[in-house]
Amino acid sequence: MAFIEWLRQPWPWYVAGPLIGLVVPVLLIIGNKTFGVSSSMRHLCAACLPANISYFKYDWKKEQWNLFFAGGIILGGVISMGLLADPNPVQVNSKLATDLAAYGITDFTGTVPKQLFSWSNLLTIKGLIMMVGGGFLIGFGTRYAGGCTSGHSIMGIATLQWPSLVATCCFMIGGFIMANLILPYILAL
Amino acid sequence: MKMQTINTDFEVSTLDEAGINESKLTDKWYQYLRYSIAGMAFGVILIKSEVISWFRIQEMFHLQSFHMYGVIGSAIIVAGISVWLIKKFNIKTVYGEKIEFHRKPFSKGQIFGGLLFGLGWAITGACPGPLFAQIGSGATVIAVTLLSAIAGTWVYGYFREKLPH
Repeated sequence: MAFIEWLRQPWPWYVAGPLIGLVVPVLLIIGNKTFGVSSSMRHLCAACLPANISYFKYDWKKEQWNLFFAGGIILGGVISMGLLADPNPVQVNSKLATDLAAYGITDFTGTVPKQLFSWSNLLTIKGLIMMVGGGFLIGFGTRYAGGCTSGHSIMGIATLQWPSLVATCCFMIGGFIMANLILPYILAL
Repeated sequence: MKMQTINTDFEVSTLDEAGINESKLTDKWYQYLRYSIAGMAFGVILIKSEVISWFRIQEMFHLQSFHMYGVIGSAIIVAGISVWLIKKFNIKTVYGEKIEFHRKPFSKGQIFGGLLFGLGWAITGACPGPLFAQIGSGATVIAVTLLSAIAGTWVYGYFREKLPH
């Protein structure tokens, strides 16, 4: 079972990155589909609550492959944690670990810090800003931009579309502003 | 600029110019499962490479690790080479259809929306794909974040015509 043991370790960037890149030709070849995840949320709106809004009045069933793809990602998460879980906490830069400890974040297990993202924190001010506010920005921002990290940064740039490069630069600028200038104040709440 | 006629969504191809590029093939529901398998593989890669980790995203935005830049950079390079090969050798889909690429116009939305999404990315440590993977990984509270993201999508649709594009 040495192979399974090997799979359980965190995968290095030079393995994971190329594999993510290969999702693009796989989707093109198995069905002429354009890689992109955030549009699944638009299709869910169109399917469940179109409310006569023109942006949601289209035949979402023609794009339903995207919902199957998103559902698969959830399953992938379940499988990773069930069969391939790495029991060790994520190894982060020691400077970051020290900085986070100052805000009481000391548990580095799991994909999100349990001391911030938990049901018991949901109805605190910090929890509402981070879980509800953060989610809202993701949904609003990705549709306003017309794509997300997969649709713009990977698919868009790989097909040499300069608007996607602009979008990606703006994703990064927004992220740097939040992580360095705003998030410290939110974490201190 | 009439918003209804211009498709600014880079990820939705069936809304381009009255379906010129639309596949004539229709899939039965079980044929869609191949996309679930692709999604599953994508989800496993996202988790095992830790790119969906809130901690790794913080490292990236503090320039404390090369990991995320390596993942995204090598993904773009491999995707770009694949697209180039598909065009060069005119590779067809498994159904023998020509593979279509869709070009989308620039809009100011890529700047304003991009900045807003960036803010959300750094707070939650997730973009839309990772949201799904985080939920699967057992962080069930992220389902609230996903619902909020869907609400954000809806609110964008509601106010779309009033926003600068």
